[in-house]
Amino acid sequence: MEIGISHYLTVSAILFTLGVFGIFLNRKNVIVILMSVELILLAVNINMVAFSAFLNDITGQVFALFILTVAAAEAAIGLAILVVFYRNRGSIAVEDVNMMKG
Amino acid sequence: MTAETILASLHLSTPELILAVGALALLMIGVFAGEKSSGMVTGLAVGVLVVAGAWLVLMTGDGVAYNGAFMSDPFARFMKGLALIGSVVALVMSAGQARSAGIDRFEYPVLIVLSTLGMLLMISANDLMSLYIALELQSLALYVVAAMNRDNLRSTEAGLKYFVLGALSSGMLLYGMSLVYGFTGHTGFQEIATALTADGRSLGLVFGLVFILAGIAFKISAVPFHMWTPDVYEGAPTPVTAFFAAAPKVAAMAMLVRIVITAFEPIINDWQQIIVFIAIASMLLGSFAAIGQNNIKRLMAYSSIGHMGYALVGLAAGSIAGVRGVVLYMLIYMVMTLGTFACIMAMRRKEGAQVEEVNDLAGLSQTNPFMATVLTILMFSLAGIPPLAGFFAKYFVFIAAIEADLYALSIIGVLASVVGAYYYLRVIKLMWFDEPKGEFARPAGELRLVYGLSGLFVLGYVLIGGPIGTAAEVAARTFF
Repeated sequence: MEIGISHYLTVSAILFTLGVFGIFLNRKNVIVILMSVELILLAVNINMVAFSAFLNDITGQVFALFILTVAAAEAAIGLAILVVFYRNRGSIAVEDVNMMKG
Repeated sequence: MTAETILASLHLSTPELILAVGALALLMIGVFAGEKSSGMVTGLAVGVLVVAGAWLVLMTGDGVAYNGAFMSDPFARFMKGLALIGSVVALVMSAGQARSAGIDRFEYPVLIVLSTLGMLLMISANDLMSLYIALELQSLALYVVAAMNRDNLRSTEAGLKYFVLGALSSGMLLYGMSLVYGFTGHTGFQEIATALTADGRSLGLVFGLVFILAGIAFKISAVPFHMWTPDVYEGAPTPVTAFFAAAPKVAAMAMLVRIVITAFEPIINDWQQIIVFIAIASMLLGSFAAIGQNNIKRLMAYSSIGHMGYALVGLAAGSIAGVRGVVLYMLIYMVMTLGTFACIMAMRRKEGAQVEEVNDLAGLSQTNPFMATVLTILMFSLAGIPPLAGFFAKYFVFIAAIEADLYALSIIGVLASVVGAYYYLRVIKLMWFDEPKGEFARPAGELRLVYGLSGLFVLGYVLIGGPIGTAAEVAARTFF
């Protein structure tokens, strides 16, 4: 069977959905949310690179490199905020992020 | 790229370069001068922002830079000017409050300058790639600023919530961008528009459009992606909240206007439906959810959700009058919000405790008549009562919507603003007809200056509205 663009798009759509559900259904730990965010960004990268190869256009791969860089910065800042939160709250359970009710 | 085009590009983006170099220089000054330098760095940061703003107004021309990634035009200049004013005022207001708010670190002004740089780049972004990088530069700085008071549980929780939802929204925006890139083959706004005109739209592209709009709706806190706003506004230190409510909203709205009016212009019928829905939902939620709020920062959060809905009414029209309405709305919204937050920051008891309940304003007319008068003017203006500035803001967006035959949208908008008037009037009633619960300390000079000027602008808008309207007209004409 020939592996076409639609297969890549399906994989990335599944990963993206898993990431979004991971953020909303996860009731345990904020670290899991950070992992879900990474999953979303990597799903986008698969999309970008697949489209780039399919269109014979380099722009998508350049975009993917930018996304990787920003994802690293984002993870660093997320973990830093999580550390200061843990110092004040003594817990990183999602159910403990509840000082203010939204 | 030849040396000549690089020089031309650098020339068009000089205000951004000033901010970038300035932020790094300020960081060095802060590191070498030590912890006590926060006051000096704040002053220098204001200087850097003012220099960038002066250069922006006096020296930048129109044109495309960096191979189409960056666009300098009258619209960008107008919105950048607003964003810079918002940042400068927020920094000036925070100067005297930094210690009590727990944000007296030199990193705070540096991060504000960096996020302002992100905003300017967002407003000028003419390519999906530069838009994403600019948005992240702004957002990453804002996440840290929200958690700036790092020994305070509420502040760090606000930072955490903002980060998680902001990262999710960036992910959705990116997923939409990847689909748009895949189904048009381009990332530049003009190229996307050309491809859409030639090939028409496909299902994948509409999915991409929806994801992009969802991602941007998060950034302007429009319903149904507003959940973070009340918590972040309440938890973040008050000077930070004042900053969040003004400049980033202007930048995100400018970015939304540019992307839908330039890149997605050929499929206006598709995005118009989405914007109409978001606008109606934001206006209704902003009006009804604010009624039960007792914390004034939470109240302002719902108020800002509602105001974003009104601004989107103008965008939904998709016409030159509509864009002009959005530009004017953002200007007037920003002035009113900054003035109101100056009053909120002045809510400090004589013993030094900052209070933020709406009920703490009771009897303000007897203890501080000037502040009560200004806050009354601002509240009337936020409610949209003529002849104040807030009325004209709403008038222009609704007229544009009616001209575009969006009757249902305008009627719902007017009704929502009537409901919304209730909670603004409740604040006024508390100030003038209730018994005082205690006196506030005399507000700092810079706060009095900010709310005084803001009240004066709102009151005198009838007189100065002409030239401002002309400037907004020039800005809106960019796209048509």
